[in-house]
Amino acid sequence: MIGEYLLDPFDYPFMQRALAEVIIVGVVCGLVGCFVVLRGMAFIGDALSHTVFPGVVLSYIAGRSILIGAFVFGVLTAVGVALVSRTRRVSEDSAIGVIFAAFFALGVVLISRHAGFQRDLDSLLFGNVLAVSRTDVVVTAVIGAGIVAILFALLKELTLVAFDPTMARTAGYPVFALDMLLLVLIAATIVASLQAVGNILILALLVTPPAAARLLTDHLGRMMAASAALAVASGVVGLLVSYHADTAAGGTIVLTATTMFAACLVFAPNHGLVATRLQSRHGRHHAHHYHPIEEDADIN
Amino acid sequence: MNSNNGDRSGLVLEGVRAGHGSSFELAGISFRASRGDVVGLIGPNGAGKSTLLKAIAGVLPLRAGRIDFEGRPLRQQAEHVAFVPQREDVNWDFPVSALDVVLMGRYRSIGWLRRPGAKDRERAEEALRRMGLEGMGHRHISAFSGGQQQRIFLARAIAQEPVVVLLDEPFTGIDAQNRQILHQAIDAFAASGAVVLMATHDLEEVSSRCTQVACLNQRLVAFGPTKDTFTEEVLRETFGGRVVVLR
Repeated sequence: MIGEYLLDPFDYPFMQRALAEVIIVGVVCGLVGCFVVLRGMAFIGDALSHTVFPGVVLSYIAGRSILIGAFVFGVLTAVGVALVSRTRRVSEDSAIGVIFAAFFALGVVLISRHAGFQRDLDSLLFGNVLAVSRTDVVVTAVIGAGIVAILFALLKELTLVAFDPTMARTAGYPVFALDMLLLVLIAATIVASLQAVGNILILALLVTPPAAARLLTDHLGRMMAASAALAVASGVVGLLVSYHADTAAGGTIVLTATTMFAACLVFAPNHGLVATRLQSRHGRHHAHHYHPIEEDADIN
Repeated sequence: MNSNNGDRSGLVLEGVRAGHGSSFELAGISFRASRGDVVGLIGPNGAGKSTLLKAIAGVLPLRAGRIDFEGRPLRQQAEHVAFVPQREDVNWDFPVSALDVVLMGRYRSIGWLRRPGAKDRERAEEALRRMGLEGMGHRHISAFSGGQQQRIFLARAIAQEPVVVLLDEPFTGIDAQNRQILHQAIDAFAASGAVVLMATHDLEEVSSRCTQVACLNQRLVAFGPTKDTFTEEVLRETFGGRVVVLR
C-alpha cells in the first residue's frame, strides 16, 4: 500500500525525469544556498531570480534554450550588484530593488507581445518539472556538477570571505573576485533550477533548506550535507504529494521544505524552540551564543 | 632588484597617507622598525591609530607612500601579515569552531584548491594550546567569552607565522589572566622575528612592553625607542596638552 503510493508514480517516464531533476536541483540549491543564508544574501538571491526572467523570455521567443538567456542576464545582474555594492552612493538595497523590479517588468512586457501569453507566463514563472525532457535533465546535471565542483574547489576561500572579510583582505585574497564568483554561482544555480520550480519559488529552495540545516548543527560541513539532504527530500516528497493530491509540483515542493523548516525550528536539538525552552528551565546556560560587548569603540 | 639604499631589514613606512572618505586623513607617516621590535602606537581618539593599522593591513588603500618589509612591498607578502582588530568584524553566528578559525591562519600557506593537512591541524592545535585553549578547539566560536575569543584570533595569528603583527587596542576590557596570555603572545611574536605594532591607550603597557613608540596625532608627532620618546614633552604634544605625567 505504502510501497504503491511511493513507487507507482515513477512508472511514468515523465515522473522519472522529474524525480531526477528535483534530486539534482535539491543538491545544488542545498549546497549553494548555505552561502546565501550565511552571508544574508536572501534579497540578492531573490533579485537574481527575478532578473533572469527577461533572459528566459527572450530565449523562449527566439526558440533557444531558456538556460542561455537566463544565464546571460544572471551574470549581468551579478556583475551589476557587485559593482553597485562597491560604491556607497546608492544604498545596496535600493539599487538591487530598482534593478530587479525593472528587469522583471521587462520580462513581463516582452512576453505580453507573445501569443498564448498567460499559459507561457505561468510555466515560465512557476516552472513545470513534469514537462522536463531528457536533455533538460542532462543539462541541469552538467551545470549542477560544474557549480558543485567550483564550490568545493574554492570552499576554504569562500568560507573565509564569508566569515571574516577583513582577514581575507589582509591576507591578500581577491575578495571582490570571490564575491563576484559567488554571485555567479548563485545565478547559475537559479538558472539550473528554473524548470523545476520557476523564478518565483526558486528562492525558497535556496534559503529554506539551509536555514533549517543551520538550526541542526554548528558545523559548516554538516550544515551543507543536511541542507542538501533536506532540499532533496523536499523535492522528492513534494513531487509525490503533488502527484497524489493533484497540486502544482513547484508550490508543493516549496511547502514541503517549509514544513521541514518549521519542524527544525521547533525540534532542533540545540537551537530549536523546545530545546531552548528546556535549557532555560533547567538553568543550563552554557555561554552559548554569547555576544561579546566591547566598550570604548575607537572610531578611527 | 631593489634600488633602495640600505632599508632592507624590517618594516619601512615612507610618506604613508591613508584615510576614510574625504573627511579624515593621516599623512606623511614615515618610520622603520626592525624584526623583533614591539612598536606602541599611541595618540588621542581620532589620531589615526586604527587607520594606520588598517592601511598596513591592506584593508584601507594607500593614498601615497610605500610600506615595505625586507625591501619588498608588504602587500606582496600579505600572507605573512596578521591583523587582530579591536572588534572582530566577523559573523559570530557562522558555523565554525575555534579550530576552524585558527586553521584559517594556514589557508594562504596551504594554497588554492588544497585542503588543510595533518600538519596544519597540528600547528593550529599547538597555537590554541599556547593561548590556553587546549581541548576546546571543537567548540563553536560563540560559546567562548570575550577574552577567549580574542585568544582564538591571537592563536590564528600565531598559526599564520607572521612577519608583521597588527594589534588594535588588545588590552581593552580584558582581565588579568587574558592580559598575561596576551603578553606571552606578544613576546612570542617578537621572539620569532616579527615586527609587532599595537595601537593602545594603555601607556603603562607601552612603557613596559614596547621597544619603540610611535606618537600619532593625524601626523607622526614622534617616533623612537621607548625610553627616549616617552617624555612628558612628547606626550603633551601628542595628546594636545591633555596628559598629566605623574612622577
